[in-house]
Amino acid sequence: MTRSDAKLKWSLGNLFCYAGLIVIGIVCIYPALWVVMSSFRPGNALYSEHLIPSTFTLQHYRDLFNTYPYAQWFINTFKVSFFTMIFSTFLVTITGYVFSRFRFKGRKNLMLGMLIIGMFPGFMSMIAVYILLMQLQLLNTHLSLILVYSAGAPMGYLYVKSYFDTVPQSLVDAARIDGAGHFTVFRRIMLPLSKPMLVYIALTSFSGGFVDFIFANMVLSTPEKQTLAVGLFKIVQGKFATEFTLFAAGCVLVAVPLTLLFILLQRYLVEGLMAGSEKG
Amino acid sequence: MIQHRKRAMILSLLGMGLGQIYNRQFVKGVLLFLLHIAGISLAFSLPKAVWGLTTLGEKADHLKKIGKVYVNVRGDHSIFLLIEGMIVILAMVILAFIYIANVRDAYLIGRKREQGERAPHFAETLQYLKGAKFPQMVIFIPILLVVFFTLMPILFMVLLAFTNYSAPNFLPPAKLVSWTGMEGFKNIFTIKAWNQTFFGVALWTLIWTICATLTTFAGGFIVALMVQKKGIRFKGFWRTLFIIPYAIPQFISLLIMRNMFNGEFGPINQYLGYFGLGGLPWLTDPFWAKFTVIVVNIWIGFPITMLMIIGILSTISRDLYEAAEIDGASPFQQFNAITLPTVMFSFGPLLVMSFAGNINNFNLIYLLTNGNPANPAYQSAGSTDILITWLYKLTMDSGKYNFASIIGIFIFIIVSSFAIANIRRTKAFKEEDLNR
Repeated sequence: MTRSDAKLKWSLGNLFCYAGLIVIGIVCIYPALWVVMSSFRPGNALYSEHLIPSTFTLQHYRDLFNTYPYAQWFINTFKVSFFTMIFSTFLVTITGYVFSRFRFKGRKNLMLGMLIIGMFPGFMSMIAVYILLMQLQLLNTHLSLILVYSAGAPMGYLYVKSYFDTVPQSLVDAARIDGAGHFTVFRRIMLPLSKPMLVYIALTSFSGGFVDFIFANMVLSTPEKQTLAVGLFKIVQGKFATEFTLFAAGCVLVAVPLTLLFILLQRYLVEGLMAGSEKG
Repeated sequence: MIQHRKRAMILSLLGMGLGQIYNRQFVKGVLLFLLHIAGISLAFSLPKAVWGLTTLGEKADHLKKIGKVYVNVRGDHSIFLLIEGMIVILAMVILAFIYIANVRDAYLIGRKREQGERAPHFAETLQYLKGAKFPQMVIFIPILLVVFFTLMPILFMVLLAFTNYSAPNFLPPAKLVSWTGMEGFKNIFTIKAWNQTFFGVALWTLIWTICATLTTFAGGFIVALMVQKKGIRFKGFWRTLFIIPYAIPQFISLLIMRNMFNGEFGPINQYLGYFGLGGLPWLTDPFWAKFTVIVVNIWIGFPITMLMIIGILSTISRDLYEAAEIDGASPFQQFNAITLPTVMFSFGPLLVMSFAGNINNFNLIYLLTNGNPANPAYQSAGSTDILITWLYKLTMDSGKYNFASIIGIFIFIIVSSFAIANIRRTKAFKEEDLNR
C-alpha cells in the first residue's frame, strides 16, 4: 500500500464518518425542530404537508396563556424546582460529607441501608406518602412537593461521597488546626472544591422537580396550584388528538428553559458524570 | 460517697431528663422532660395503633337506622389505620432510642460527678455535639426524612402484599381490608389469568432490559468513536448537537415521539410514503410497538453513554495507538486491543447500573405506548407493559393493590441484587482509607 493510497482511504473513512455524524445530527434535532415548527403552524392538526409552515402564527402561545393559567404554572414550577434544588443539594451533600469524612458506629450499615431502600419502586409507596401528607394537612401545597422531593435526595449520597473522597485529607486537617469547625470545612473547603459535582446535583434535582407529572399530579388538585408538567400532561390527556399544535406550543415552553440549562452547563455535566464513573 | 450514677440513672428511668436535672444539667434536663411529656401523649395512642395494625378495623362504613332514615356512619378505614399505626410505632421506636440514650447519659454524668468532676454546662454540651458528635447530629435529619418519607412507605407497601387490599371487594372505606398472609403470593402464581400475565410481562421486561441496555451502549459507543476519530473536526459542535436528546426533558420528548410515530398522521409514516414505502403500525402492532420502544430508547439514551465514553476515550494515551501503529496493527486490531478493553473496564459497572435502571424505565413505556397495544390474554396489562408499568396500572387503574405490592417486592429483589453486587465492589463503598 503506497502512501497516497493510505491517505485516500483515510479521507474516505472521514467522509463516511462525517456523513454518519450529519445523519445522526439530523435524527437528534429533527423531533425538536418538528415540534417547534408545529407550534407556529396555524390550525390544530397533527398532520402537515411540510415541515416548515407556510405562515407562522403565535396564536397557540396566546391560547395557552388565555385558556390555561400557564403563567401561574411557570411560577409554581420554578418555585418548586428552585427550593427542591436548594434543599436536595444541601441534604445530599451533607450526607455525602458525613459518610466521606467521618467514621462512626453503624456507618457502613447506614450507607448500605440507604442505598437499598432507594431501590424500591416508588409508586406503591406514593399511597403511603399521600396519606402521610394528608395527616400533616399538606395536600395541594407546594411545600409538600418540595418536602417529598428533598426527603428522597439523601439516598443519592454515593456519588457525592465518591467525589468528596478525592479531596485531600491534609487540606481538611490544616483547616481544623486553624480552628475551623466541621461545618466550616464543609462550606469552605468541600463545596468549593466540588463545583462540577455540585452543578450536576443541582441541575438534576432542579429538573427532577420540573418534570415530575405523576406524584405532583396526585398531590396538586386545583389548577392554580399545578406545575407545568402536570398541566401539560392534563392537556395531553384531555384533548390530545384535536389540538396538537397547542400541545406543541406547550412542549416548547416547558422544554426550552431546561434544554438551554443542560446545554449551557454541559461542561460540568461531562465532568460530573465522568467523576461518577471513574471514581465510582 | 454518694452514689450519683445510680440515683441519676433511676431518676432518668422514671422520667427522661430527671436524672439530668439531678446532675444539675438543668437546660438539657428540662428539654428532655418536655420530650417525655410529648412521648406520654404519644403512648396513649399506642393501644389504638396496635389494635389498628392487628385488626385493620372492625367495622367499615355502614348504614344505620336513626328514626326512620338510614344514615351513613363512618367506620374504620383499614388503610388509614395501617399507616397511622406504623407512624405511631416508628415514632415510639425513635423515642425509645432517645430514652435509652438519656438513661445512659445520666449514668455516665453521674459517674463523672462521683469522680469529683463537675457536670458539663449546656454550652459545653452543645460544643460537644458540634465537635465529636458532629456526624451523628448531622446525619440525623436525612435519616429522619428517609425514615418517614421512604422507609415507612416501603414498609407499608411490603405489608400490603400480605393483605387482600384490592378492588372491588376489599376497598375501604366501604369495605374492610384484612390480613391474608401468603394468599396473594399464592394467587398470583396459581390463578391462570394472573400467572400468564406475570410471566409474559416478566419475560418482556427481561428482553426489553437486555435490548435497551445493549443498544444504547453500542449506539453511544459508536457515536463516541466517530466524534473522537482522528481527523474529525468540530468535536465540540458534534458533542453539543448529540446532547440535545438528553437535554430535552424526557417526558416532553417521549410525548413528541408518540406523535411522530403515529400510524395515521405522524411524520414518520408520511416520509416513508414519499419513498414509496407503506407506513408501519409503529405503536399499534405488538411486535412493532416493542421495536419502536427500543428504537426510541436508543435516541433518548445514547447521548449519556456517548458523553461518558468520550470521557473514557480521552484518558487513553495517544502513545499507545502510535506504538501499535508502528508495530503494524490495523485500526481494527488497535480497537480490539486498546480501546475496547479500556472502555469495558471503566464502563462495566455503569452498564450493570443502567441494566438495573432499565428494568424500572417507567417513563419510556408509560409515555410512549402506555403499555398498548392491548393484549386480551393479560390482566390489566398490554403487550409492551413492563413490570413497573403493570404495577402502576394495577395501582392506579384497577386497584389491585396487593398484587401490585407483590410485584413491587419482586422488582426490588431483582434490582437490588444487581445493584448491591455492583456497588459493593466500587471504590466509593469499600473502605477508602488508603489515601489518608
